[in-house]
Amino acid sequence: MRTDLAVPRRKLGKQTWKFSDHTRLVASAVVVGPKEGEGPLRPYYDKVYPDMYAGQSSWEKAEQHLMEEAIAIALEKGKLGKHQIDLILGGDLLNQNITTSFTAELLGIPLLGMYGACSTSMLTLANAAALVDAGYADYVVAACSSHNASAERQYRYPTEYGGQKPPSAQWTVTGAGAAVVGRGDSGLLISCATLGKVIDMGITDPYDMGSAMAPAAVSTLAAHFTDTGRRPQDYDLIVTGDLAAVGYPIAKELMRKEGFELDHVYNDCGLMVYSPEQNVFAGASGCASSAAVTYGYIVSQLLSGHWKKVLVCATGALLSPVSYQQGHSIPCVAHAVSLEAP
Amino acid sequence: MTKAKQSPSMQITKATYKQLASRFQPKRNVLLNSWRAFWVGGTICLFGQILQNFYINVFDFTEKTASNPTVATLIFLSVLLTGLGVYDNIGQYAGAGSAVPVTGFANSIASAAIEHRSEGFVLGVGGNMFKLAGSVIVFGVVAAFVAGIVKSLFGLA
Repeated sequence: MRTDLAVPRRKLGKQTWKFSDHTRLVASAVVVGPKEGEGPLRPYYDKVYPDMYAGQSSWEKAEQHLMEEAIAIALEKGKLGKHQIDLILGGDLLNQNITTSFTAELLGIPLLGMYGACSTSMLTLANAAALVDAGYADYVVAACSSHNASAERQYRYPTEYGGQKPPSAQWTVTGAGAAVVGRGDSGLLISCATLGKVIDMGITDPYDMGSAMAPAAVSTLAAHFTDTGRRPQDYDLIVTGDLAAVGYPIAKELMRKEGFELDHVYNDCGLMVYSPEQNVFAGASGCASSAAVTYGYIVSQLLSGHWKKVLVCATGALLSPVSYQQGHSIPCVAHAVSLEAP
Repeated sequence: MTKAKQSPSMQITKATYKQLASRFQPKRNVLLNSWRAFWVGGTICLFGQILQNFYINVFDFTEKTASNPTVATLIFLSVLLTGLGVYDNIGQYAGAGSAVPVTGFANSIASAAIEHRSEGFVLGVGGNMFKLAGSVIVFGVVAAFVAGIVKSLFGLA
């Protein structure tokens, strides 16, 4: 290796990117559907649509509308115009990432479409921070979305089909989240990000994503602590994206086996979006699960000074309807981003 | 203080992980589920019987011919409840109780038709309507064919 080509080291350990103190989350916004609006995090959403169509003619158009709205509100909150944004990093759950592409077409800003299933929220945020920190862009929007009905159609059965789901199933969040990342001295610090390996522990049941994704979350969290030398206690809160009632205790147990006690600081976004009375089986899932909790609740708690340091580890199940019908087990990935109060 | 191991590399194998994960699976109440399937499925069938008797007594159908309008009425009601967004809730509660009767079959067709309406009448509704019901029809016909062969071979006709 040629040493004269050395660039400033921004890598910690094997999987973690360290960002400068000027890499900031300038503004963020969350737009959700009706069921999410009835949930406990209602005060932290920027807009709640009273119906699943959000005034559009199809579920897919509704999802796109949610993403457009989330980006527009985030820009407004950051007092930025469209022309100041250099790039959008976005992703969703629909075939060929259509929500993201169609939204980017309307905005007229260069797009990097990304797919990480439900880990897309932190996948896009980590990459946005890296590009801004490296100077390839001044302001980057990181956005993602999911829609309960369009996801049901994509991955499962028609929405009105009367099949029974097991208690380990999860409810896809209808919503979109967007964050604007820029260089400056205001806004939350994006201090570092740990990118995850794809982990497949042989779970094949698509109605049990929590069990499938827990090992991926543990792999990324353990890598994060090893790479950074931080401990779970250094954080006020550590959340995983959508492990829900089944995956959450598994992740806790596996972390204990890895030598990390998460006990009091650990929660899961899939358990935070809805209240238990809302009949959502094991809890929430979807790109918007971690996005809604992070870009709404967590950002506001950090801005108010209630918390100092939060680690968000978004989890994604990288299956397709074809792969599980062909009997393939479910590979999963998790990406973590550390957010800190200014 | 917790101490990190040198390599956090998931020392656990797939087999032991499956065992560990299964410990965290929520318990399914088979008895309660069976009871729900029994009473909802039974009620649907009882209602069908009432309809059949109604067609026999009021409209002069015979026991054999009354089954057609009976099934048609059940299908109509199931499609109506599917369209109103109710049948999937019944299905979640009753499981096989509402999936096995003819109303469940109607629901699988109507729900697919509604779902794919946004892709147009020909490729959307027409092409996807039997997405779920198709395999019931295919294997129903195959089973009937095999039963028919057995019946004629052994001279049961």
